[in-house]
Amino acid sequence: MESAEPEPSGSRPEEEEEEEEEEDEEDGALPAPEQPLAGMEDCLAKKMEITVSEAEKRTGRNAMNIQETYTAYLIETRAVESQSEGQCAPVESLWRRYSEFELLRNYLSVTYPHIVVPPLPEKRADFVWHKLSADNMDPDFVERRRIGLENFLLRVASHPVLCQDKIFYVFLMQEGGWKEMVNETGFQLKADSRLKALNATFRVKNPDKRFTELKHYSDELQSVISHLLRVRARVADRLYGVYKVHGNYGRVFSEWSAIEKEMGDGLQSAGHHMDVYAASIDDILEEEEHYADQLKEYLFYAEALRAVCRKHELMQYDLEMAAQDLTSKKQQCEELATGTVRTFSLKGMTSKLFGQETPEQREAKIKVLEEQIQEGEEQLKSKNLEGRDFVKSAWADIERFKEQKNHDLKEALISYAVMQISMCKKGIQVWTNAKECFSKM
Amino acid sequence: MSLWKGAGGGTGGCCARSSSSVVAAAAASCASSHRGGGGQAPAAAPQLLAEAARPPLPPSLPRSLPGPGTMSSGAASAPKPLPSSGPKSLREMPHPLATSSSEEMGPALTPSPDVLLPRSIADKDLSLPNGTPVDTSSPASSSSLLNRLQLDDDLDVETRDLFVTVDDPKKHVCTMETYITYRVTTKTTRAEFDLPEYSVRRRYQDFDWLRNKLEESQPTHLIPPLPEKFVVKGVVDRFSEEFVETRRKALDKFLKRITDHPVLSFNEHFNVFLTAKDLNAYKKQGMALLSKMGESVKYVTGGYKLRTRPLEFAAIGDYLDTFSLKLGTIDRIAQRIIKEQLEYLVELREYGPVYSTWGGLEVELSEPLEGVSACIGNCCTALEELSEDMTEDFLPVLREYILYAESMKNVLKKRDQVQAEYEAKLEAVALKREDRPKVPADVEKCQDRVECFNADLKADMERWQNNKRQDFRQLLMGMADKNIQYYEKCLTAWESIIPLLQDKPETK
Repeated sequence: MESAEPEPSGSRPEEEEEEEEEEDEEDGALPAPEQPLAGMEDCLAKKMEITVSEAEKRTGRNAMNIQETYTAYLIETRAVESQSEGQCAPVESLWRRYSEFELLRNYLSVTYPHIVVPPLPEKRADFVWHKLSADNMDPDFVERRRIGLENFLLRVASHPVLCQDKIFYVFLMQEGGWKEMVNETGFQLKADSRLKALNATFRVKNPDKRFTELKHYSDELQSVISHLLRVRARVADRLYGVYKVHGNYGRVFSEWSAIEKEMGDGLQSAGHHMDVYAASIDDILEEEEHYADQLKEYLFYAEALRAVCRKHELMQYDLEMAAQDLTSKKQQCEELATGTVRTFSLKGMTSKLFGQETPEQREAKIKVLEEQIQEGEEQLKSKNLEGRDFVKSAWADIERFKEQKNHDLKEALISYAVMQISMCKKGIQVWTNAKECFSKM
Repeated sequence: MSLWKGAGGGTGGCCARSSSSVVAAAAASCASSHRGGGGQAPAAAPQLLAEAARPPLPPSLPRSLPGPGTMSSGAASAPKPLPSSGPKSLREMPHPLATSSSEEMGPALTPSPDVLLPRSIADKDLSLPNGTPVDTSSPASSSSLLNRLQLDDDLDVETRDLFVTVDDPKKHVCTMETYITYRVTTKTTRAEFDLPEYSVRRRYQDFDWLRNKLEESQPTHLIPPLPEKFVVKGVVDRFSEEFVETRRKALDKFLKRITDHPVLSFNEHFNVFLTAKDLNAYKKQGMALLSKMGESVKYVTGGYKLRTRPLEFAAIGDYLDTFSLKLGTIDRIAQRIIKEQLEYLVELREYGPVYSTWGGLEVELSEPLEGVSACIGNCCTALEELSEDMTEDFLPVLREYILYAESMKNVLKKRDQVQAEYEAKLEAVALKREDRPKVPADVEKCQDRVECFNADLKADMERWQNNKRQDFRQLLMGMADKNIQYYEKCLTAWESIIPLLQDKPETK
């Protein structure tokens, strides 16, 4: 028997397997890596309008029968009909709360571990600057969360793989019974424990280099975006201060103008412009929050990337352990068969100390081992296959994600620049007006 | 002579000059001699000229007739008579402010009615009224100065005959101390000056001396403030470029204000300050004279208490109080804004580089992120410049005016004292019930003092109000300008990276 080496986790060109396309993913098995029909054109987002249109405060009893206040979000969907009939399809709607969104996402992450699953908006307000409330019930926070949840749904609906998931579809269409349906899939059982994953991260010997690099990238991306968001919040805070202090000019100019004759009018009207200037910062900073939200999405996306890398490490580690186990079993078998002890084993020591086994005993052991080896080899083979498939499909999604990321972040930067330009123009306008008032003094 | 002699020996009549040329005017029938420096004379001149064309010049006035060629700018103006009150007495002269509602009495010598006033102010290559070349880097840029000129109809460049500038600060290191001197350049056609041009070096001490002397010798007038002697703002480098430049501007303003003043500009101490090679020797001389004459030279009134301040002066007092208060508030607001801006700058300085770090992680986004980083860097620079400008150009002028208001309130108090003394003496006489029907001479002297003081003060107040308006107009427009420039710089930076951000690296 040749020793089975764990196959290198890179893809092997001669084994381009054509998998059957699987449309039904309810059993939670790993979906086929290639889905030629599920291109962007067929994704759910094109067939259906999805919005999270409202948010409502509710009180109710939770699982522990304790009264609590929470926010419910209204999801509205409408099929996109062909325009020839001129008729609009009816709008369907249902209410969901944030925890249900979380459940959906967990389900998707476990069920599609090779996919970079879109993140949810933050659970608690983070990276706030002083004016924003860190309270989850704050209307501004709720509003931004509403937008974030809508964004999440649209992202999932436009994903070629995720949009076909039935659980997702039911989430959008059927309010009652959905939770039970999700739990019935038993996805929680398939979830990898965090501890197991951490162990794998440290112990894996031969992960795919691309994933190692991706892991580093996602760590650094998380770090840099966090830093950026923190500093941005401080910048916003300071800028707010600068603008608001100018409001004091308004008051003092007004008071001063009362004792002046010719200068009075000019001072008074200039003071008004200072008030306008001070007030303008509120809208400016509110707009900037949208930019911060865009950055946050990619901060959380980095975590999703990391999750895919973790999955790979886990699978690879699993594979390596299986291969190692197989090798050791084979060795044991060989030793028993030939009677030589090449490696140290407890068995060897005890047999030395307490005498050899009977031939019958040895035969029995060898048989068992051979069976196990057989099993092991099959398992190893399928694990290898799984691993390669995972890498392939994961990498395809990662490439898709990269493009999306580059596109989205560029758009975000452009919109940020546009915001800054608008702020500068407003500033010029106000000070030009003030200057004119001063000139009439 | 009278007790009113200043250290420079100026005496007599209602003349603008405080030099010895005024001696003759003293012989004129002014009811009493009073300190050289009656502020009404130049302002009164147009009325005088209008009423009595070209009053005869007192014979003892040397070199006093300005010929046509001695006027500045070489305009074809008719020879101007001296702004002297001639033989008229103080009481006979109509009060300069009596009919001044229609005419704005500018600080300059106003020309006789038949002189055409060229209004070539449209030419932007104007130098400042005092002859300094236009400094476009200062808030007193040519365009705002232009506005200033156009505001005051009577501020005619043509009639100025004295131009003073402060520039060229230099550091002197001596064994005992280190200090800065400034070059004070004078260009003039006035007869009081032996030469048409002077260039001397003066240090802050000298300016301080000058101001004290002016206060002593012209107590009825508002003396412009000096920049603060000591700067208590943490550890301020007295020799830093910014500090020296700020001070230079303030000293320049100080001398220009004196130059613009029809009475103060003829003060002998001022003359010496502008011209003497060795000012210290003159100072010592002055001290000696002072000690000879004793305390009587100083404008001292005993502890008389005024019962009520006349309405118009009370109004001025109230105005100055509120004015100081408001300026103080504005100063605090401006400081607060600068502080907030600097704190904002600190954060921005950390913010920009993070984009750069991010760019280092990315491939396709590398350039856009670097672009944003550089852009923020440019905004930082612009903000730094704005804060510096506000600190160096805006705050000092505010503080100057606060000091100005303080010194003006002191002059008001002195006026009160003079009036109190007069009223007290008058009462004393009334109580004595002596057979003398006539008011004794010294009481009359008091009355003259009061009236002169009032007149000087009112004239100065009006002049001050006008200048204040111009100064604040310029100051606030400058502040608006600085802010506009800041936003324009930021706008340019952000607009320039839009194409960079939108660029699709297809072929990369």
